[in-house]
Amino acid sequence: MARFEGTANYVATEDLKVAVNAAVLLRRPLLVKGEPGTGKTVLAHEIAKATGAPLIEWNVKSTTKAQQGLYEYDAVARLRDGQLGDERVHDISNYIKKGKLWEAFTSPQLPVLLIDEIDKADIEFPNDLLQELDRMSFDVYETRERIEAKERPIVVITSNNEKELPDAFLRRCFFHYIKFPDRETMQAIIDVHFPGIQKTLVSKAMDVFYEVRDVPGLKKKPSTSELLDWLKLLLNEDMPLDVLQSKDPSKAIPPLHGALLKNEQDVMLFERLAFMARRQN
Amino acid sequence: MFFNFVDELRAAGIPASFKEHLVLLEALDKEVIEQTPEAFYYLSRATFVKDEGLLDRFDQVFNKVFKGLLTNYGQNPVDIPEDWLKAVAEKFLTPEEMAAIEKLGSWEEIMETLKQRLEEQQKRHEGGNKWVGTGGTSPYGNSGYNPEGVRIGGESKHKRALKVWEKREFQNLDNTRELGTRNIKIALRRLRRFAREGAAEELDLEGTIEGTARQGWLDIRMRAERKNAVKVLLFLDVGGSMDPFIKLVEELFSAATAEFKNLEFFYFHNCLYEGVWKDNKRRWSERTNTWDILHKYGHDYKVVFVGDAAMSPYEITHPGGSVEHFNEESGTVWMQRLAHVYPATVWINPVPEKQWSYSQSTKIIKELVGGNMYPLTLEGLDNAMRELTRKKH
Repeated sequence: MARFEGTANYVATEDLKVAVNAAVLLRRPLLVKGEPGTGKTVLAHEIAKATGAPLIEWNVKSTTKAQQGLYEYDAVARLRDGQLGDERVHDISNYIKKGKLWEAFTSPQLPVLLIDEIDKADIEFPNDLLQELDRMSFDVYETRERIEAKERPIVVITSNNEKELPDAFLRRCFFHYIKFPDRETMQAIIDVHFPGIQKTLVSKAMDVFYEVRDVPGLKKKPSTSELLDWLKLLLNEDMPLDVLQSKDPSKAIPPLHGALLKNEQDVMLFERLAFMARRQN
Repeated sequence: MFFNFVDELRAAGIPASFKEHLVLLEALDKEVIEQTPEAFYYLSRATFVKDEGLLDRFDQVFNKVFKGLLTNYGQNPVDIPEDWLKAVAEKFLTPEEMAAIEKLGSWEEIMETLKQRLEEQQKRHEGGNKWVGTGGTSPYGNSGYNPEGVRIGGESKHKRALKVWEKREFQNLDNTRELGTRNIKIALRRLRRFAREGAAEELDLEGTIEGTARQGWLDIRMRAERKNAVKVLLFLDVGGSMDPFIKLVEELFSAATAEFKNLEFFYFHNCLYEGVWKDNKRRWSERTNTWDILHKYGHDYKVVFVGDAAMSPYEITHPGGSVEHFNEESGTVWMQRLAHVYPATVWINPVPEKQWSYSQSTKIIKELVGGNMYPLTLEGLDNAMRELTRKKH
């Protein structure tokens, strides 16, 4: 299988490439953490694209159980059919619903399985998946069959760090922490997303962006995805360059700030700063 | 291969195991990486480190183990002259603070304080590029902080001089760093005791199926919802020396109210006496008698104090010691009464642990809560919650 080198619209840093390639070649799960908006979920999409594999997404919620990833046995439907005298009731496999892991194990083409935001689920969730991810097989007790992966799928797991993951689970994974990109990487990311964009606009916008990130006391710092959204808006509005360039302190709030600041307290903070700057003059 | 690497990692508190070591060897065998030191660093990092809080420690260990083995292309990190550091220290510390520290002792102490100050700074500047790095071997001795790498300024200037792992970019993710509401919530979640209490409002599917199978007709069973049944009494110190910690305590408080259904909170000043209050604006008019609290809330409540425990020792040990009113009985008596009623009691102190030993009152309070004083860091909270769960009542 070809090495992962990033794709036409995803900039991968050197350390990320090593981690992805290790996970792909050794077929061990890759655990990805990082600030929200730094492209954890997108990574799985891009690995799938780069390797030409179909992507199977399992979005984990607080109510998700590990068993749902394997299969679900709809006992209530069978009970109802039993009372109505339906013929289907004699074959138990009619009431077994395949989960995402089952889908990934039996997929005709080697897939990329994304387990998104694993930390949202109950604390025991990762432990319940240990055996299945390790052996890439599980038993369906109702029908006494064993589902086994012909080839181990590529597994990408993302976490927002809301819960600590169990040790035994971590031992089986490769780990990568997507750190917030520095200016050079950010430049590369922007180049990939807006190929024809004016260099001066980007450079000015990035100045403003990193300044905003540096403002003390922000509740939610803008991250990569916010910068990209904001640039898109700036381009759409055909914002004249001098708006960004102006060092006029009374305009301390960047134009179209709604894309960068997602918290009304942060917007208020900026308004206060602008007000103070005005008063000083 | 690399056995001492694994040993060193374990010694540094990174839970590396034989399993990961085998994975690393397997990856090398399968030629996952090109044979460069950087790629090896990235690969071993992805294999051994599973927690971004440990990345910085890993960088240090990697540097230690492989330093001799790699040429550094003649570019050593530059030692910064002491005068420069002093200048930096002066920039961040007031002259009074400098004098006070100098009186206390040594240059190390100043550096320690400077480090804290810069860390506070960093908390507000998070993710910015004005940061202080510590790194490499120290020219100044081996105690704690290594000022070799105090670097103020842009990242790129030093890029070529330092290797990736020497840059220690993940330093501010270390576990011992102070925390936000979300982190606090996770730590508090350790303190959970699930129980089914109250009205049966939820369909008990398994019970229903079992009952139906047994009876032969549809037998619906209900059960009560599963809830966190842990009960918490929270005492918050307000005013005076606690002012610098208001934001931290606010965060802790909002996390606690969201996490615990059965939470009662009260304010006090410096030390617990005969009265506490719930509303800071009416702290004199609407007081709650501490006796009432001891009688009203049962033994199974878990008690959490939040305070800096910084006061004159007399405020604890002597009747009439309180700075605000005349207390008939000493703080010690009240603290002992409370500890007697509530065996699960911890004190969370926002002051960094290293400074506790300088304060007589902190030592006394720590003794009064049976040694269960913890710093207000993620690790400290975690340990505090563990302690509370350990005690059955």
